[in-house]
Amino acid sequence: MAIPLSYNLRNLAVRKTTTIMTALGIGLTVAVLVSVLSLLEGLNTAFQSSGHPRHVLVLRKGGGSELSSIIQRSQFLEAIKFRPMVERDAQGEPMASPELVQTVNLPSKEAPDGMNLTVRGVMAVGRAMREETRLAEGRWYAEGRREAVVGSSVANRYPGAQIGQRIRFGRGDWEVVGVFHSDYPARNSEIWLDANQMAADFGRMEAFSSVLVRTQDELATQALINELESDQRLQIEALTEREYFKKQTSSGDVIKYLGTFVAIIMAIGSCFAAMNTMYAAVARRSQEIGTLRVLGFSRRSILLSFFLESLFLSLLGGVVGVLLVLPLNGFSTGVGSFVTFTEIAFQLRMSPGVIGAGLAFALVIGAFGGLFPASNAARKQILTALRQI
Amino acid sequence: MSNEPIIRTSDLHKKFVRDEFEVHALTGANLEVHRGEFIALMGPSGSGKSTLLHLIAAMDRPTAGAIEVLGQDIASLSESAVARWRNHHIGFVFQNFNLIPVLTAHENVELPLKLTHLKKGERHQHALTALKLVGLSDRTDHYPRQLSGGQEQRVAIARAIVTDPDLLLCDEPTGNLDARSAQEVLTLLARLNKEHGKTIVMVTHDPHAAHFASKIRHLDKGELLPEGEVPEDWRAAPMASDDKT
Repeated sequence: MAIPLSYNLRNLAVRKTTTIMTALGIGLTVAVLVSVLSLLEGLNTAFQSSGHPRHVLVLRKGGGSELSSIIQRSQFLEAIKFRPMVERDAQGEPMASPELVQTVNLPSKEAPDGMNLTVRGVMAVGRAMREETRLAEGRWYAEGRREAVVGSSVANRYPGAQIGQRIRFGRGDWEVVGVFHSDYPARNSEIWLDANQMAADFGRMEAFSSVLVRTQDELATQALINELESDQRLQIEALTEREYFKKQTSSGDVIKYLGTFVAIIMAIGSCFAAMNTMYAAVARRSQEIGTLRVLGFSRRSILLSFFLESLFLSLLGGVVGVLLVLPLNGFSTGVGSFVTFTEIAFQLRMSPGVIGAGLAFALVIGAFGGLFPASNAARKQILTALRQI
Repeated sequence: MSNEPIIRTSDLHKKFVRDEFEVHALTGANLEVHRGEFIALMGPSGSGKSTLLHLIAAMDRPTAGAIEVLGQDIASLSESAVARWRNHHIGFVFQNFNLIPVLTAHENVELPLKLTHLKKGERHQHALTALKLVGLSDRTDHYPRQLSGGQEQRVAIARAIVTDPDLLLCDEPTGNLDARSAQEVLTLLARLNKEHGKTIVMVTHDPHAAHFASKIRHLDKGELLPEGEVPEDWRAAPMASDDKT
């Protein structure tokens, strides 16, 4: 049986100051990593949970994003809308929504100089296809009028996008008449307008940006994608709505790599802090180590005991780190998308997975920091240990 | 008392190297200790008495010679086997008590039992019994800092006997105690020897402490002197009799 854990825990409590300082050091490192992971988790949640499974987004080949894509009206009518795989609504109309996408620059709370936002021109069919998107406040825009309905994240973060206010773009001012909320978080960073009015304003009567199509079933989804992509005359690409959203998670790559790099550099420092603390503990308790050996505890028990103590110490640091970031859970922020070149608002999300990763990271710091001191403790000769004060 | 020696050393040598100098701590010690004996190893500082005790406890390895304790050639045991052997057969009492400061008296005494197959409840009972035996059943939840020196040493003795070892090795057990506490500890050791049949080897340089033993052996400059022989420097000391057997 091993040396009782109470021995280690009480020793950590006895040397309070050292324990707290080391735990704080490790905690700050963990806090950096947990912040980054929470951002990424929030971003992933915003994108990866978004998209209808039977929705196919049609873009110009090589366009990559809706913003840089052009689908001709003739292409829409002749090659997309009336395909047999396309689902039809209760009135028998094909569920295919041609849409216009532009950007508008609006000052936000965090960026007074303005951030790009996606403006989407949607027809009635487009709104009907998005059952997950509901009006939260005000009313929907009237067709043929310069009226806009903003997503809930836009309403929260942009003082200039409140109901009753006017947003200037295209050929004039657009009055905000409502706020919508979508179950797909990425959608809430958009501004929706009447597609025809927007087309007139931007002089794009003969071309759309993209087409969103609902298919009859999952087999039809794949069949439609195959047909559209294999038709060389069309020069269009098709992908599921879910894939399109998922691609946008790459917007968090810079945060991920930079944050992880900073966390690793800090972790190296924390490893040395933990190592220093544990070496001091081993030196201070040399006589205890000798006594434990005389009582019959093996070198392995000593190694395990001090190693576990280091893990406890780092775990404490991990908990401190998680607690430091916890108040930011649910905090709204935004990131520029490299796909749409607009800002997508999302919430920091400290999921159990993120917390677990933070604590595991702390344990790794503790393991590296504790291994050498623990091994040093285990290697001590009994008499040498007993004589050291 | 059995005639079978439970400690037998033959021509035991121990040499240390300190700063390029060789120190012969023990030179050809031949010792036999029989079951139930209480033997005091006496000698001035550096005479090798503690070295001999450490070799008997397998805390160190001899440079030459043979050492057999409880019929076991302990020099031939592996590191982990020695640890197990020590836990089963040896109880060790230190001059500085060496209690673990963050554990209570009860937890300190229970510590060696963690290495046995006893269940939690049994361990608890054994530790209580040992503390009762040393007269500290009312101090079970006290931490070492809350105990007097004498009480600390009695807890250390309880820890040494809790596994019911064959052999109790005491290294200057009264060296850090006042006269009254020393008397209590020595009385306790004598009681453990007489009433519980514990074989005890005690290192001391205190003639008064040595008188509690049934036999006294002297060491001088690393040499274990024959029974009854006292180092020349010590002859003037107030030692009426060295061998009380």
